[in-house]
Amino acid sequence: MNLTETTIISKAGLPPGGNVAEAAKRRENIIQMSQDAEDAVLRPKDFGAFGHDLRAALAARVAQLAADDTLAAHYLSSAGDKSELADPNETGKAYQLESVVAFVDKVANRTREIEAGDVVHLQAAGVSDPDIVRLCELVAFIAYQVRVIAGLRLMQGSAG
Amino acid sequence: MNQIIHKFTRNVPHWQPRVEPVKLDEATPEQLHALQVTPSNTKVSEYVLTLAHDVESLTVRTPLFNAIMYDPGGMSRPERELGALGASLVNRCIYCAAVHADRHAKLKKDTTITDRLFANGEKAELSPRDRAIFDFSRKSAEAPSTAGPEDMDALREAGLSDDEILDLILSSALFGWANRLMHVLGDPVRQKGTS
Repeated sequence: MNLTETTIISKAGLPPGGNVAEAAKRRENIIQMSQDAEDAVLRPKDFGAFGHDLRAALAARVAQLAADDTLAAHYLSSAGDKSELADPNETGKAYQLESVVAFVDKVANRTREIEAGDVVHLQAAGVSDPDIVRLCELVAFIAYQVRVIAGLRLMQGSAG
Repeated sequence: MNQIIHKFTRNVPHWQPRVEPVKLDEATPEQLHALQVTPSNTKVSEYVLTLAHDVESLTVRTPLFNAIMYDPGGMSRPERELGALGASLVNRCIYCAAVHADRHAKLKKDTTITDRLFANGEKAELSPRDRAIFDFSRKSAEAPSTAGPEDMDALREAGLSDDEILDLILSSALFGWANRLMHVLGDPVRQKGTS
């Protein structure tokens, strides 16, 4: 993928040829590997209990929780009939995903408060250990991506 | 009985998974490849065996992690470790904080900065450059992020180049990812019979 088409560069809205875009170009391998990570986390071959549409909806939700409407819109477009879950006010009850949604919200925005009991609760709700790892990778990757994009926007805002 | 560690330390604890890691003798060829298991290398940490449940993510994350923390150019190694530490303190990932405080101290051959950060947190006395780096890292790690234009101005005033600032954004954000794996999927423990 062309560097300017990656999610990080396109959603950060960097003008081509500017100082920030040039710095990003010098770390092109990292931006490209971050795009590979998006593919692996959002659209894996072995998706376990979480299909691609559900992953997109939860990614949009985490982006919303981080107050990034642009990134949320990027993921929402792939959420299909799971798109309601992207709304942070939606509990997941209608989808029988209340435990999953509560866990996603806590890992995303109250990371430091996570305890062993949160994992036990998910296991008790019938989520397998591999699926718990998959869910953590999904939330954790979006937490990374949203901060790289926010940082680049701040850099661009202060570029001389 | 292993004792769970609740206080920040540079003495790296053992990481004890909260879920069942992949068993090596049951691993798929794809998992073995991602784990880089060869006849001469069969030692794999429980953390990596846990992440092997999501082998596609593990496969792409390892080289990405190494590039952000170790690729030449841009920000110095200890400053990238400071970026990692800032995020880990915010997310209270005791294990990540220990590993990266220890690396920082070893790279600097000096424990002063990490001693101060563990003792006084965000009020720790730091040089203007370390202060700007640490503040950006910890504010970027808040959820939602609270880093703003004033933090970017502070980085530029402290003399950081665009390349260094980008590396700081990446190292702090990377630990937003790593903390959400290590702090969520396991406990930092002191094993019985070890210091």
